[in-house]
Amino acid sequence: MARIDLADLGHAYRPNPTKPSDWALKPMTHVWEDGGAYALLGPSGCGKTTLLNIISGLVTPSQGRVLFDGKDVTDLAVEKRNIAQVFQFPVVYDTMSVADNLAFPLRNRGMDEAAVQTRVAEVADMLDLTADLTRKARGLTADMKQKISLGRGLVRANVGAILFDEPLTVIDPHMKWQLRAQLKQVQERSGVTMIYVTHDQTEALTFAKKVVVMFEGEVVQIGTPQELFEAPAHTFVGYFIGSPGMNVMPATVEGGTATIMGHKIKLSRAYKKLNAKARIEAGIRPEFISIAAKKDGIPVQVKRVEDTGRFRIARVELDGLPLSVVAPENAKIDGTTAHLSFDPARMHIYADGHLVRD
Amino acid sequence: MRTKHFILAFYLLFMLIPIYWLVNMSFKTNAEITQQLTLWPENFTLANYTVIFTDPAWYMGYVHSIQYVAMNTVLSVAFALPAAYAFSRYRFLGDKHLFFWLLTNRMAPPAVFALPFFNLYSAVGLFDTPLAIALAHCIFNIPLAVWILEGFMSGVPREIDETAYIDGYSFPRFFVKIFMPLIAPGIGVAAFFCFMFSWVELLLGRTLTNNMPISSIMTRTASAAGMDWGLLAAAGVLTIIPGALVIWFVRNYIAKGFALGRV
Amino acid sequence: MDKPINNRAWFLVLPVFIIVAFNAILPLMTVVNYSVQDTFGNNEFFWNGIGWFTELLDPSTDLGGRFFDSLGRNFMFSGIILAIQVPLGILVSLAMPKKGWGVAACLVIMALPLLVPWNVVGTIWQIFARGDIGLLGYIVNAMGLNYNYTQDVLSAWITIIVMDVWHWTSLIALLCYAGLKSIPDAYYQAARIDGASRWAVFRTIELPKLRRVLLIGVLLRFMDSFMIYTEPFVVTGGGPGNSTTGLSIDLVKLALGQFDLGRAAAMSIVYNLIILTTCWIFYTVMVNVDAERKS
Repeated sequence: MARIDLADLGHAYRPNPTKPSDWALKPMTHVWEDGGAYALLGPSGCGKTTLLNIISGLVTPSQGRVLFDGKDVTDLAVEKRNIAQVFQFPVVYDTMSVADNLAFPLRNRGMDEAAVQTRVAEVADMLDLTADLTRKARGLTADMKQKISLGRGLVRANVGAILFDEPLTVIDPHMKWQLRAQLKQVQERSGVTMIYVTHDQTEALTFAKKVVVMFEGEVVQIGTPQELFEAPAHTFVGYFIGSPGMNVMPATVEGGTATIMGHKIKLSRAYKKLNAKARIEAGIRPEFISIAAKKDGIPVQVKRVEDTGRFRIARVELDGLPLSVVAPENAKIDGTTAHLSFDPARMHIYADGHLVRD
Repeated sequence: MRTKHFILAFYLLFMLIPIYWLVNMSFKTNAEITQQLTLWPENFTLANYTVIFTDPAWYMGYVHSIQYVAMNTVLSVAFALPAAYAFSRYRFLGDKHLFFWLLTNRMAPPAVFALPFFNLYSAVGLFDTPLAIALAHCIFNIPLAVWILEGFMSGVPREIDETAYIDGYSFPRFFVKIFMPLIAPGIGVAAFFCFMFSWVELLLGRTLTNNMPISSIMTRTASAAGMDWGLLAAAGVLTIIPGALVIWFVRNYIAKGFALGRV
Repeated sequence: MDKPINNRAWFLVLPVFIIVAFNAILPLMTVVNYSVQDTFGNNEFFWNGIGWFTELLDPSTDLGGRFFDSLGRNFMFSGIILAIQVPLGILVSLAMPKKGWGVAACLVIMALPLLVPWNVVGTIWQIFARGDIGLLGYIVNAMGLNYNYTQDVLSAWITIIVMDVWHWTSLIALLCYAGLKSIPDAYYQAARIDGASRWAVFRTIELPKLRRVLLIGVLLRFMDSFMIYTEPFVVTGGGPGNSTTGLSIDLVKLALGQFDLGRAAAMSIVYNLIILTTCWIFYTVMVNVDAERKS
C-alpha cells in the first residue's frame, strides 16, 4: 500500500519545452492517498496514459519526482516499484494455466512454492477464478483474461498500487457492469490504491471515490463525483461530466450581478473585480435551471424537447445562445417560447476557464 | 544490450563480406586476382563489365532472364488472383484438397521435373524459348502467389464485396476497380516473391533451354577450362543488382509480407 | 464467419488448375510411365513392373546403395542446417532494432542473399572459400588449418553448410522478426511489471507467438535444403567423390547425364513421396495450430 506524491511532475516528449503545447503533461504537484480508488478521466490525448506510465515507471518524466510513501522512486525500474498494471488489451501468458499465470509474478521474485500456492488460492477466491485455475489461459474470454491480469497484480501482497489503463475497452457491454462492480468490491476488500484511466465518465464516477479530471496535459480538478458535479473547477469539467453537460455562457460580472446576453442575473455572492483581460463565463448545470411557460424569468426560444425516459431535456436558445435545460415530466413547455430562471447558488463564474473562488 | 548489437553487427558483416568480395573481384584484372590477395582493387578496371556489355552471348543472357522472369511474374499473379479470391470467399467441392495439392507443388523438387519437362516442352515446341521457362516456373510460383494473396484477401471484410454488388457492380468491375486496390500491398508482395523465386532458379532454366538464362551461361563459363574469375564475378554482381533494386523498393512491405507467415 | 458454399467458384480456380496440372500431372504421368518400363534405346519400351523400385529400395544393389547414401547425406545436411539456422535466426531477429532507420537497413541487407540467384550464391562461395583467391580460404589457411573444399570432405561440408547458413538464415530471421513485431508492447510492459527475466520473457511471450512462423520456417528450410541442387553443384559439383551429392544432384546425373530413364523415374517417385509425406505432416500440424489458436 502506498501514498503517491507527484512533486512538480511534468513530461515533454521533446527536450526544452517552451510553448504550453510542448508538454504532454504540464508540471503538477498532487498527493494521492493510500488506499484510495482514483479515476483518471479525460478525452484521448489529454495525457492520462502518460501520467499512468510515469507512475508505473514505463516512462521516465522529463522533470519532477514521483514518491511512494515519501520514498523517491523516479529512477527506480518498473519491476522494483511494487506496482501492477492492467492494460487495455488483456495480457495473459497463453501457454500457461490460469494458476501459473497468477503465480508468475511471485515465482519470478523467488517466493517459495507453498506460499505461492496459498496466495494464488486467495486471489483466485477473491476474483471468482477458483473453478478455472487449471484451465489454459489461451481459450478464455476477454473479461476472464482481464481478471487474470488484475489477479497478477493483486497476488503480490506488497503491491503499492494497481494501475488500470482503460481495462474495459474490449469487454462485452453486459460484462462491463459486472466486472466493474467486482473491481470495486476487490478494491474495498483489499484496500490497495487503485488508479483507473478511462475516458468514460460513467466508469470513472461509478468506480472511483476521487476522480482526477485531465484536460490538455493538465489536472483540472480532483474531487468526489459529487464535487465534480456541483462545483466544476473548470468549464471543461462542467461539460465533460454530466449528460447533458454544463451550460457555459459568456458573461460580464459586476459585484453580485452577472450580465448574460444583456440579461441581468443575480448571483449568490458579490465578486471582487475580475481581471479585465480574462474571458469571463457563467456556468450552470441544466439540472439547476427551471423552465416554465409563464412570463417571469428570461425569455428563450424552445428548439426541441428530447425525452430520455427519466426526464426531458429542452434545447433552447437565449438570443441565439444554445442552452440545455432539464425539465420535469409535468412541466408544460409546448410552445415556442418559455422562460428560464437560474438557481443563483448553483451558478458559477469562470475566468479563462477556471472557477473564480474569491 | 551490448551483446545484442554485437550479434547483429557480426551477422550483418557475415552477410556483406562475401558479396563485397565478389564486387571487389569484379573490378580486378585476372593478373591481380591470381597473383596476390588484395583487399580492394589496386588496378581498378571496368574491363570485365565491358566484356559483358559488348558480347551478345553475355548480355542476351540478362535480357532472356528478365524476359522470362517478367512473364512468369505477370502470369503467376494474374492466374492466382481469381483463384485466391475463390479460396478466400467460398467453399467448394474439393477446395481443401486442391489447396493442399497446390502447395505440394511449391514443395516438389525441381530435379524430379527436369526430365519430364524437357520431354513435355520439346513435344509442344516451346523448347529453348523464354516462355517455356516462364510456364515451368509457374509450377511453384502460382501456388505461392495463391497462398500469399489468399492471406491478404481474407483480411478484407466480405461486407465490401456485398456492398459493391448491391451498388450494382459486376464481378469483373468490382474485382478490378475496388478489390484489387484494396489488396495492392498483397499483390506487390506476391509479385515480389514470384520475381524472387523465378530469378534465382537455375535447374529448370538450364534444362529447358540451350543456355538461355544468365545463370546457365555463368555455370557454363565457370566449368570451362581456364577460369576467368574477374568476368565471372562481374557477371555475378550484375545478377545481384536487379534483386537489390527490388528489395530497396519493397523494403517497407517485406516485413508485412513475412508477417503473414506465407512465403 | 462460415464461407458460403459455391461450386461456381471452380471457374475462378480453373485457370490455375489447368496451368499447374499441365506442369505437374502430365510430367508426373511421364515419370510413372518410365518408372515401370525398360528400354534398349530406339524408343522401344517394354514392361518392367516394379523392377526399378525393388532395385532402388535394396541397399545392396548399385542403384540402391547410391540412393540411400544420397538420402542419408540429404537428411544429415537438412538436420545440420536446421540446427544452426533456427536458433541463429531467432537470435538475430531478437537483436534487430524495432524502429528507426536501422530497421530498413537491416531488412535490406538481410534480404539481399535471398535474392541472389542460386548459382551466383555458389559462385560467391566458390570464390570466397578458395585458398588462393578467396578471403575466407586464405584466412583459414593462414591460421594454419588445412582447408580445401575441392579435396577435403570435411572442408567441403563445412563450406556448403556455411554457405547455406549465409544464404537462408535471413529467411528464418525475417519470419521471426515479423512474428515478434506482432506482439503488442503491453506484453513486454506486463512482463516487466511481473518481474520476468529476459529468458522468461522469451519463453512465455516470444516463443509462443513465434510457434506458427517457426513452423513455416522449418518447413520451408527443410524442403528447400532437402532438394538443394544448384549451390553445391556449383561449389563442389557433388564432390569430392560423392561426398556432397544429395538426391537432386544424383537424380539429375542419372536422368539428364546418363539418360537412365527407368531408374531416374523410380527415384523421382520415391523422392517425391518422401517430400509429400513430410509436407503433409507439417500441413496437418499447422492447421491444428491454427485451429487451437482460434479456439
